[in-house]
Order: sequence, then C-alpha cells, then structure tokens
Amino acid sequence: MPIDIDSSEKFRQYADPTALVSTKWLEENLGKPGLVLLESDEDVLLYQTGHIPTALKIDWHTDLNDQVTRDYIDGAGFSKVFSRLGINREDTIVLYGDKSNWWAAYALWVFKLFGHENVRLLDGGRDKWIAEGRELTKDEPKPKPSSYPVIERDDRKLRAFRDDVVSHFGKPLIDVRSPEEYAGDRLTAPGYPDEGATRAGHIPTAASVPWSKACNEDQSFKDLAGLEEVYLKGAKLEGHSDVIAYCRIGERSSHTWFVLKYLLGIETVRNYDGSWSEWGSLVRAPISLGNEPGPVPQLV
Amino acid sequence: MATLELPETLIEDFASIRESERLDLLLEFSEALPELPARYADHPELLERVEECQSPIYLFVEIDQDNLTRLFFSAPPEAPTTRGFASLLFSVIDGLSVQDALDFDIDFPSKLSLQKVVSPLRLRGMIGILSRIKRQLREKSLK
Repeated sequence: MPIDIDSSEKFRQYADPTALVSTKWLEENLGKPGLVLLESDEDVLLYQTGHIPTALKIDWHTDLNDQVTRDYIDGAGFSKVFSRLGINREDTIVLYGDKSNWWAAYALWVFKLFGHENVRLLDGGRDKWIAEGRELTKDEPKPKPSSYPVIERDDRKLRAFRDDVVSHFGKPLIDVRSPEEYAGDRLTAPGYPDEGATRAGHIPTAASVPWSKACNEDQSFKDLAGLEEVYLKGAKLEGHSDVIAYCRIGERSSHTWFVLKYLLGIETVRNYDGSWSEWGSLVRAPISLGNEPGPVPQLV
Repeated sequence: MATLELPETLIEDFASIRESERLDLLLEFSEALPELPARYADHPELLERVEECQSPIYLFVEIDQDNLTRLFFSAPPEAPTTRGFASLLFSVIDGLSVQDALDFDIDFPSKLSLQKVVSPLRLRGMIGILSRIKRQLREKSLK
C-alpha cells in the first residue's frame, strides 16, 4: 500500500515534494504497513542508546561498504542487508540520523544506486525529534526477513569517479567541506579524524559551499527560497546544470547531493565519494590553495 | 574507584562473545564512564580535546601522590562510541604506575575484536585517545 506524502506547505515547494517528511508526520505514521524507518548514524552505538519507536539500524560502514575493496556492497550484498531488515522493494523508507542527517543522506544515496524508489529523509533528523521531546525507545524490532531482489548497483547517473571529475573541468564542482579544509589550511574538519589525504586544498575550479548552508539552526533544511539563495544565486547553479559534489569521504556531499537533486531539482547531480581522501592523495592530481576556486588545470 | 582490569582479560572478553554482543559490551563500558569531578567539570578549559575522535572528547591525565596514573574524560551522551573507547582505556590504565602506563600496549585497541563491528576507521579514535594519554603522561612525568 502506498504511503501518503507529507503535504506540508514547505515541502510542496521543493522539486520533489515527496523527498522529506516532518517529525510530526512521522509520529502520526509510525508503524504503518509498508513504511520502514531506518536510523543511520555516524556513531555506531547511538541507535542502541535509544531510537525512534519502530526504527531499525543501518550502519554506513559495516552494512553498506564492501569490507575489502573501497567500494559499496554489490547487488547480492544489498539484497542480503535489506532482506535481513525485512524490507521489500516497494516499501517506503524513511531515513534519519545524527549530525544533521549526514549519514542518513549517505545511506539514501547508496539506496538510490540500487534504484530503491521510495526513500525519504526525516527533516531535522534525530536531533530535531529529540529536541521536540518526542518518544525514544530501546526496544529493537525483530523484523521478519524478506526476500529483497538482487538489483545490480548502477553508478552511472549518481556517482562520480576521479576520471569523471577530470573530464568534468569547466562544469560546476561543489566542495562542501569547511572553509579551512577548502583553503588548504587543514586536512580534516575540526574535531574529525584524518582520513588519510596527503595534501590539503581543493579540486581546481570547485566552488566552496559548506554543506551547513543548506540547513536552518535546528538542522532542518532551508525552504526553497533559502536554498535558491545559496545554490542558484550564490553558487550560480542552474536547473539544467551538471554538478559534482565532494567532501572527504562522500558523506557530507551526500547531504548536498540530496538538496541539489531532490529539493532544487537540478538535472544532473553526482556525488564523488572518493572525495578529498582520494584526490588529495593522487599522484600529480592538480590542487588549488586559498579561497579562490582556481583556473581549469592544464592536465599532463 | 573501579578496579583495574587486565588488558588480556578484556581482549579475551571481547573475543569470546558473538559479534553482535561486542557492541552491547562496548555500550556497557560507555555507560560506565565515570563523571568528571567538579574541579574539571567547572573548568573545561583544563581538558585537552582529542582531535582524532569522530566526536569531541576531552581528556586530562594526572599523576597522584602515589605516582599512579589518573584519567579524566568528558564526552557527550550523543557520542556513545567515543565514551565507550574512553571507558575501556580507563578500565585498563587508571591506577597504573606511570611507567606501566607509558609502556601500555599501543596496539591494544586493535586487539579488541572490534574492527568488524565498529570499523577500523572508527577505531582510530581510540588509538588517538591512547596516544594523547601517553603524551600527557610523558610531559607531566618530566616536570
């Protein structure tokens, strides 16, 4: 059975009005058949300390990443994870998580590589739900396993690799990291682990638009006018743009990818998950320093 | 004050249970992390921030009058994994002689059978905390 959309005025303005649900909508729809609620956090233990009733846990690292190659799991692996969680292909998934939904957006992006159609984010994520004093539980549901089909991952439309970035020069690139990381003053976000890039700076021509510009103070997304101000007026993107977003490992840029694709409806938006942890270590990859995007590089 | 655990005991405890239970055990440690005493709780500027951790954690190392190592941590409830890491290190290092703490196995975090359930990337946070403990201790024992 299809799940109703959240028809709040704010969401109706977005290019895809079905991409978000509010905390109020979620509370009213908890437990509906065909609705699967998933928590995806940076912190691997946070779900166990208390979560939204009926929510299951998905972990970006231990569930969605291949444990040998730096890549995502394949179709068979994805089918295994979703079957264990009792998810069917036609189910509507609502994702939420800590840290302004970074890892929830990251999981959503991976789900889309496997073409799962109905996936929505909880606007404001875990923090907003808690700030509003809504219920948490430690009860972990025991879902009846399903048989989710084996769908091959399709990286072509939504994912960019380093060669795609090289052939993309001249078209919009968005660096969503902190201004200090962009300028090359530091390798990692303040308070975050060094994920192994050997050089600091940014990919030449990339515009700096930190991911947080898409958020209000309570971590919910800005309304359409607010987002247009940042990305269309500010970063000069257009509806038919072909954009690649990146950060360090692709989690913060999934957040921006979600905004550009679903809330603003920009035609082609890809997430470069190799991001700075790959580019900043590649031999002879061109790098720009400072606050300016820098010129299109002469490639050797 | 909790009794000092042997690192070998913890390594064995984690290795002997199923993967899913390892997270539960880490959570138990997380919940057992001692509160900061008032002299630090009121003076957060005295604590050193450990940058390697995904979520901020603050750390302070003291050497008491018996020349034993004393550890103090502060990490928010929204960072249970980081709290769990701190609490594990507390249980094996707090109360050791300065020399024993300095000699403590830097590879201890990777021996806890947590790579698969926590991920090596996250485990780096624990190695970061351990390195800071040793560094503070070295600086203080030279004074």
